[in-house]
Amino acid sequence: MTSIELQNEIIDDFSLFEDDLESKLFYLMDLGKKLPDMNTAHKSDEFIVKGCQSKVWLYPIYNEGKLYFEADSNTEITKGLVSLLVRIWNGKTPKEILDTELYFIEKIGMSRMIGSQRSNGFTSMIKQMKMYAFALVKE
Amino acid sequence: MSSINLQNIRNLFPILHQEVNNFPLIYLDNAATTQKPLQVIEALQSYYKFDNANIHRGAHTLADRSTGMFEATRKAVQQFIHAAEAEECIFTKGVTESINLVAQTWCKKFINKGDEIIITHMEHHSNIVPWQLICEEKEAILKVIPIHTNGTLDMEVFYQLLSDQTKLISCVWASNALGTINPIEEIIRAAHAKNAIVFIDGAQAGSHIEIDVQRLDIDFLALSSHKLYGPTGVGVLYGKRKLLEAMPPYQSGGEMIREVSFEKTTFNDIPFKFEAGTPNIADVIAFKFALDFVNELGKTKIIAHEHALLNQFVSGVKSLNSSFGSDEIELIGTAEEKVAVQSFVIHNKHHFDIGLMLDARGIAVRTGHHCTQPLMNFYNIEGTVRASFAIYNTIEEVDALVEAIKKIIKK
Repeated sequence: MTSIELQNEIIDDFSLFEDDLESKLFYLMDLGKKLPDMNTAHKSDEFIVKGCQSKVWLYPIYNEGKLYFEADSNTEITKGLVSLLVRIWNGKTPKEILDTELYFIEKIGMSRMIGSQRSNGFTSMIKQMKMYAFALVKE
Repeated sequence: MSSINLQNIRNLFPILHQEVNNFPLIYLDNAATTQKPLQVIEALQSYYKFDNANIHRGAHTLADRSTGMFEATRKAVQQFIHAAEAEECIFTKGVTESINLVAQTWCKKFINKGDEIIITHMEHHSNIVPWQLICEEKEAILKVIPIHTNGTLDMEVFYQLLSDQTKLISCVWASNALGTINPIEEIIRAAHAKNAIVFIDGAQAGSHIEIDVQRLDIDFLALSSHKLYGPTGVGVLYGKRKLLEAMPPYQSGGEMIREVSFEKTTFNDIPFKFEAGTPNIADVIAFKFALDFVNELGKTKIIAHEHALLNQFVSGVKSLNSSFGSDEIELIGTAEEKVAVQSFVIHNKHHFDIGLMLDARGIAVRTGHHCTQPLMNFYNIEGTVRASFAIYNTIEEVDALVEAIKKIIKK
């Protein structure tokens, strides 16, 4: 699936909750729990993406022209959001990642999570994933 | 419960009557800032509609009127804290500026190499860093009173730290993260016996503690308007006249001068010496309406009501813990003497998640380190969730918070 199709799928999933924010957050926490464990060797300070309240670890793997990510967070809701990004971008080419406009965040009612970089590692994480892709495209 | 008409009080706060995420707003972040009653909101509007003019200058009627209103707030502050004179009350932009003012003036003149300043382990960063900077500059020594696990000061160590080198002690009256009310009377007495002066950070004292600077013999006291039902951008620095007069000016410019020539400038008397430039006139004027609001209710009633809320929350947490058969929730800050602030952590849950989950039910709390990182390090935690109560909160709101916490733990 393309990153657009995957975003639309996520929007569909969340539409079931309508404007029930609490259920959305519980769902995000469940999604976070399903994110595959990071290789502990990769969960180091070198791969930390820091926010004020939540931390994210992000480890990129480049294989046969495609990017894959291992990720984790110290907060459950951020981890859920992180799992959505991994779902959208895992196995995509660096170019597709760079070209993706992330519209799903607003559509699922989570725009506040990208509003302030200070309070959340999630915004920094999006930037970091694109940076990895950018470095590969430049090569 | 105390004899207050809660519905009447709540009707004065329009902001409380709204839904957040489809739930009625429950505002429990009062230690960060309180909501404003209609009197304050209307005073701001009315000032700009009818009275706006620069103060302390100009012969016209509006200037006279706004000057009178501005100075009426100073008088109200004097009465609120029982200062000897209104001139001892200086308007700043907040507690942070009040602290910096003293650090940059009194300390500049009176702190020398080898002198000692004492603070406590539970201080807000704004009551740590200004002293740290001046100590660095003057090669003075900053000492810290440690705390016990329940969040009270280790007074035994305080007496050991106090010495002939101690020049100043700066201590929070009520801790923003723990709620602990510190024994400032004892600290002041001990400090004065050593000829040291005491700065009291009263940010969280405002409407929650009876304030009498003369009875307590406080040298400096900082207050915040916006934590006291008043507008943001206004703070107070109280100082004893003899201390304020001995201090060099803080900022320079208009208002704070007596005469200026290119050869020499002489400075105005207190309080104007420390109020350079056009002050925050509208907000200072509206602040009086907040003080009136508190005075009309009476602090005794306010304190009784807020303590009833705190007790309801603490017993709610305790019964949750016993229903779970384990201490899922840990209360941080369990001193006997407290203002209505309660920090807590939930086992295996990050405070950031808890804050978002509570917000989803319309409950506003503060999460994080509360600008007290040394304190968080003491408890070996990254941060807490903090509920802080005010006069307009209800027992039902506290119960809703406990219920929401229960749901988060069960998840």
